[in-house]
Amino acid sequence: MVIEIRDITKTYQTGDVALQVLKGITFTINDGELCAIMGPSGSGKSTLMNILGCLDTPTSGEYLLDGENVAEFDETRLARVRNRKIGFVFQSFNLIKRTSALDQVQLPLLYAGVDEKERHKRATAALAAVGLGDRMDHKPNQLSGGQQQRVAIARSLVATPSLILADEPTGNLDSRSSVEVMDIFQRLNAQLGITVVFVTHEPDIAEYTHRIIRVRDGYLGADERVPHTKSAADELASRSEPIQIHATA
Amino acid sequence: MAQTVTAPAPIVPPPVPTIVPGKRVDENRKIAGDMTQLDLLSEPPHFRKGGGGVPLSESFMSSLYSLSSNILRTGLTMLGIIIGVAAVVTLLAIGNGVVADARDKVTANGTNIISISAANANANGIPTPDSTNSLTYEDALALQDPQNCPDCAAISPEIRAGGTLIAGSARTFAPIYGVLPSYAEVHSYNAVVGTFLVDEDITSNVQSVALGATVATTLFGEDDPTGKTIRINGNSFKIAGVMEAKGGTGFGSRDNAVYVPLPIASAKFTGNRQRSTGSGKSVNGIDIKAASTESVGKAMAEVSDLLNIRHRTRNNTPDFQVTNQADQIKAAEENQRTQQIFLLVIASVSLLVGGIGIMNIMLVSVTERTREIGIRKAIGAKERDILTQFIVEAVLISLLGALIGVIIGVSSSLIVSATWKRTIISPESVVLAVAFATAIGLFFGVFPAQRAARLRPIEALRYE
Repeated sequence: MVIEIRDITKTYQTGDVALQVLKGITFTINDGELCAIMGPSGSGKSTLMNILGCLDTPTSGEYLLDGENVAEFDETRLARVRNRKIGFVFQSFNLIKRTSALDQVQLPLLYAGVDEKERHKRATAALAAVGLGDRMDHKPNQLSGGQQQRVAIARSLVATPSLILADEPTGNLDSRSSVEVMDIFQRLNAQLGITVVFVTHEPDIAEYTHRIIRVRDGYLGADERVPHTKSAADELASRSEPIQIHATA
Repeated sequence: MAQTVTAPAPIVPPPVPTIVPGKRVDENRKIAGDMTQLDLLSEPPHFRKGGGGVPLSESFMSSLYSLSSNILRTGLTMLGIIIGVAAVVTLLAIGNGVVADARDKVTANGTNIISISAANANANGIPTPDSTNSLTYEDALALQDPQNCPDCAAISPEIRAGGTLIAGSARTFAPIYGVLPSYAEVHSYNAVVGTFLVDEDITSNVQSVALGATVATTLFGEDDPTGKTIRINGNSFKIAGVMEAKGGTGFGSRDNAVYVPLPIASAKFTGNRQRSTGSGKSVNGIDIKAASTESVGKAMAEVSDLLNIRHRTRNNTPDFQVTNQADQIKAAEENQRTQQIFLLVIASVSLLVGGIGIMNIMLVSVTERTREIGIRKAIGAKERDILTQFIVEAVLISLLGALIGVIIGVSSSLIVSATWKRTIISPESVVLAVAFATAIGLFFGVFPAQRAARLRPIEALRYE
């Protein structure tokens, strides 16, 4: 999925005070990219992500998804885009309380009107893919932070979206869980060709991508290629097991 | 924070992953998951045509789950509906019982009975305090003449009074009916022991009395009282017999009364109002048995004609009224319907208050679950999906409340019926109450549900 934003601004009006968070950002992310958005706190990264995820609307500027202007979508169309085209992963996981992992992951499919058998099959596969095949009946309060984030990722990918957006997906995770999340993103990108865009402010996490977009004070700071993209799978293999891994896929 | 001390778990070395040559690395690393599973997700799912939407059964189950996660709150919210529905079901059951009782009482006498009462008497034939009782014993005697009223088979005038009955050491208070022997025929009322009053009692002014079944039991237990003497308001009466039990309870029951000759009752037990006037001995009412069911109309006309002449009716406003059973049943039903409407209005107010309670709690629920709504919208729930979820929840509260109300209403009707008075539960009232309660839930659920559905996803997600 091709993302194109042109001169996006966003102003929050609080009483008499107007706060401009985004001051005109333009970039294009092509189909199949794995891309990190970096920037210090308050630079407008999250606002940008919410706009990209069709959760928020820009004050001015254009957002084109596969060439179509999102501003012209009505509420139902937006819901459908969020449901089928975009998978969103939040920093705070945003799982629904008292609901099992399997039910959480099935939810997007429920809203998409997928029949029960296929829902179950896909949700099971998605959870197994993120390593929670044995925790499907667990509720959020029975899972660690890393596991909750993996449930959220399974939920974002279960409908096979063209785009996964993640707002600081590793922000609340330890370094090993973070690398695991990167591993999943790299796999989704490589195996399923899903465009993955995520926000981070950890430079070493950004090195698992092909491209880094830097945001500073609401402006586009820099847009650079990553010269040597790290493999999360290799990193995990070298860290944990005292054994040598010979085979690669 | 309290810390619990647990025994250290035995240290088990993690299983050494075995490398299967030629397989993917992932399969050797359990924690990162089974990436081969992604192959199952390589294609998008089969979306339902027409844009999907959550099936109602799913909304139903998730609402049930959500309600059961806070039983106390759900129960309290339901309470208004439960009380309202239980009240409707019980009140209607009691009302139906009263109407049926009235109908049975009237039809038990046969369907060819005509009643004459003073014009300003109420439905039960009891004159209002300021009325002059226009009917007399002499009117009844005139009606007995076959030439005046050929379609009348039997005429039974009656005087109603009350008095203290004493038999030995036993005493009770009971209605006293001053009647003629024809009373037995008109009301199909027979003695089981001894006899009812006989013609000689009237002609010779014999102080004899027939006891209603309840009075007999109260004063004499299981003994046969025939031939014994009781004192009624200080006068001695010889007991002629005991009447059959007719059933029924309360003031109107014939079982709890005694029957004495009319002329004696008129002379000894009536107040000034009912004492003989210039035109004769005043009576409270006259019941007439028509010769046949078909001749009821003719008999009524004959009675009216005769009384109009005797009472010198002017301007077409007679001082008496002639009714038959159909009229009486109708009057009783009308009376009951008015009361029922009144009671239903009260019960509806309870349902309405219950509905407002539902709306209140649904608004609280929407606020509490703002973040959840945001999450659902972020992963693709449409306005319609959220709307359905909350409406289903509101309707479920009222529907469950209504069903519990029906259970309580039906059981209390059965209890009332077993201990106090007859009740008839009509299926229509149950269906009506449940439907009305559900409609209330729907009505009061829509506003909170719309509020939830219209939340902007980003604002809902930011809500703390």
